[in-house]
Amino acid sequence: MSIRIENVTKTFGKFTAVDKVNLDVPDGTLLALLGPSGSGKTTLLRIIAGLDVADSGSVIREGEDITRQSARDRKIGFVFQHYALFRHMTVEENIGYGLRVRKRPKALIKERVDELLKLIRLEALGKRYPAQLSGGQRQRVALARALAAEPKVLLLDEPFGALDAKVRQELRVWLRKLHQEIHVTSVFVTHDQEEAFEVADRVVVMNQGRVEQYGTPAEVFERPANPFVMDFLGNVNVFHGRVEQGKALVAGAALAVADQHPDAPSAAVYVRPHEVVIQHEQSGNASLPAKVLHVNPAGSRVKVELRATESEQLINAELTSERFAELGLKSGDEVFVSASRVRVFAGNYVI
Amino acid sequence: MSADAVIIRLPARGPGPQVPASFVNPRTDPAWVRWGLTGFAVLVVGVLVGIPVVNIFYEALKEGVRVYWDNLVADPDTRHSIFLTATVVPIALVANIVFGIAAAWAIARFKFPGRTLLTALIDLPFSVSPVVAGLMFVLIFGLQGYLGPFLREDGYSVMPYATSLVGVFVLVVLYFVFRPANPAARRGVWRGPTWLVVPAASVVLFALSVVVQKRLGVWPQGESLKIIFATPGLVLATAFVTFPFVARELIPIMEAVGAEEELAAINLGANGWQMFWHITAPNIKWGLVYGIILCNARAIGEFGAVYVVSGHIAGQTDTMPLRIEKLFQEYNLPGCYAVASVLTLLAILTLVAKARLERKIPSVVHEATGEGGS
Repeated sequence: MSIRIENVTKTFGKFTAVDKVNLDVPDGTLLALLGPSGSGKTTLLRIIAGLDVADSGSVIREGEDITRQSARDRKIGFVFQHYALFRHMTVEENIGYGLRVRKRPKALIKERVDELLKLIRLEALGKRYPAQLSGGQRQRVALARALAAEPKVLLLDEPFGALDAKVRQELRVWLRKLHQEIHVTSVFVTHDQEEAFEVADRVVVMNQGRVEQYGTPAEVFERPANPFVMDFLGNVNVFHGRVEQGKALVAGAALAVADQHPDAPSAAVYVRPHEVVIQHEQSGNASLPAKVLHVNPAGSRVKVELRATESEQLINAELTSERFAELGLKSGDEVFVSASRVRVFAGNYVI
Repeated sequence: MSADAVIIRLPARGPGPQVPASFVNPRTDPAWVRWGLTGFAVLVVGVLVGIPVVNIFYEALKEGVRVYWDNLVADPDTRHSIFLTATVVPIALVANIVFGIAAAWAIARFKFPGRTLLTALIDLPFSVSPVVAGLMFVLIFGLQGYLGPFLREDGYSVMPYATSLVGVFVLVVLYFVFRPANPAARRGVWRGPTWLVVPAASVVLFALSVVVQKRLGVWPQGESLKIIFATPGLVLATAFVTFPFVARELIPIMEAVGAEEELAAINLGANGWQMFWHITAPNIKWGLVYGIILCNARAIGEFGAVYVVSGHIAGQTDTMPLRIEKLFQEYNLPGCYAVASVLTLLAILTLVAKARLERKIPSVVHEATGEGGS
């Protein structure tokens, strides 16, 4: 079922948590609400579920206005950040709770619980209590509990926030697969852009209660709408310069701008670390001289820290290990830096 | 920094050769300090608590169990005092349990204007002298009090209204508790618009109840309704003095447990009633029992406030503590000690129950913070 949010605003005292947000969640999508803490993403999620009440605006589910409906009638599953499992109930009782309060027959509850236990691969642990489970297991129980009542929409608040890196990775893949199987419209909140890109098929970037950008992961990553999104989606080098005839002029170097951009006397020029090109020779006026400060070869990509000779600005670069071996870089080397891809946002944006 | 530099070498425990002979554990004081302080503490507790408590039982049972039993049950006034305490305490307790849960719920789950004031008011009975508390009720309901003359003349005339009001209130609460949440599933009284059904039905039921009670003459007419120097006053005074126990015990537990499980239950389709009995009640269970035990102990032993409102009518308004005082004044020491021993026994049982429960409660609060057992 699709969800539409129209002009939703929510304030807590003087703080505006959600500011006139409009959002469409098409049927069957897995959408990520991505943003820094305090950007209003959890509040928005709770408003959709009916656990918080919006000051104004409406929530529409499949054409039906559910703004005034109580949380228990919305049939929207919610997985809490800290799972909120019922501590005095076993795993089975937790999962079956949604059916129990809706007075379904016992046999049907049992059948559905067994089915879900199988789905979350915890068949053997049905009689345990939440305190006897690991974080990842609790997360799966919370998900099964939300799915038991066959919700029309599933909301997940920081589903992997409290887990360690490895379990988190496993659960991401599992969630993606689960969504492909059951196809319930899902929205999850995260502050981890990698997680959003890996799991979701739509990403909404939020900041200070507003939607900054909406699109597929590729769109958002390749064409950030504004400096905030650019900055939020990973490390970035920012140069200050101007734009003339499709070239960004930065510290004496003229870099080709990816998208068409009108001339601007003052512009912020963004280059991602993996788009920084390092060479031993100067290539025309498209590169600037720099000095290698530090090389960190750990990880799948080699991280190089440089300082531009003229402006003394620090530049972060990421190379493939093949390219790194080819260049044979070590700290203290004098090199020339250019960019394979440059994005420009006119005006001064302060990070 | 080399790895070795950060290793802190701990002195080995036990009679290992590494420990130098002169090594003094900085956490241990010299023997004379340890034994001296412990001995002093034992002495003080023994003199102030131990000996008096043992003495009560010794004095009560000095002349044998038979005499002890006679002292307790042979005197009708003593018997009545036990009966009266057993009547007053449960009523005050139930009132405070209902109030305590409601107040803790309001304070722990909602933000509203006057929340801090309510929290402070709950503590008021702790800071007001019980005698003053008793006096407050005398000044309101007593003969010279504001309501005194009216209560004396035709006090029961308010009863049809009071009972109807309480009845209608309970019905309104039940209406909301049992109303199907899904508008489509509503039948009968639940069909109409709430804003019309509730006030209209309330007025009609109230009027009906008042008329019926008056017609049938349920309550005596032209008679004095005694509150002060009677059981209702004892209940009021006891309830007031023990007012904070349950609420004070529940507020921190409910705050620590948090509202998330309750919200999860609502999200899964539970109504308010189901949420309370399935989720809230099990989570606050031990805290509630703990509060009830403390409240009960205080209610049984209450003297000051009850002393002021009771009027000391033997066989009518003497509760156990008041009876003890009277027996003492009459130099009936064996009887006095016998009743006192019963109260002391109850106190000891309370302590035992309290100690056992204390082990359960921190685990509830601890799990609530998300640390539990992972």
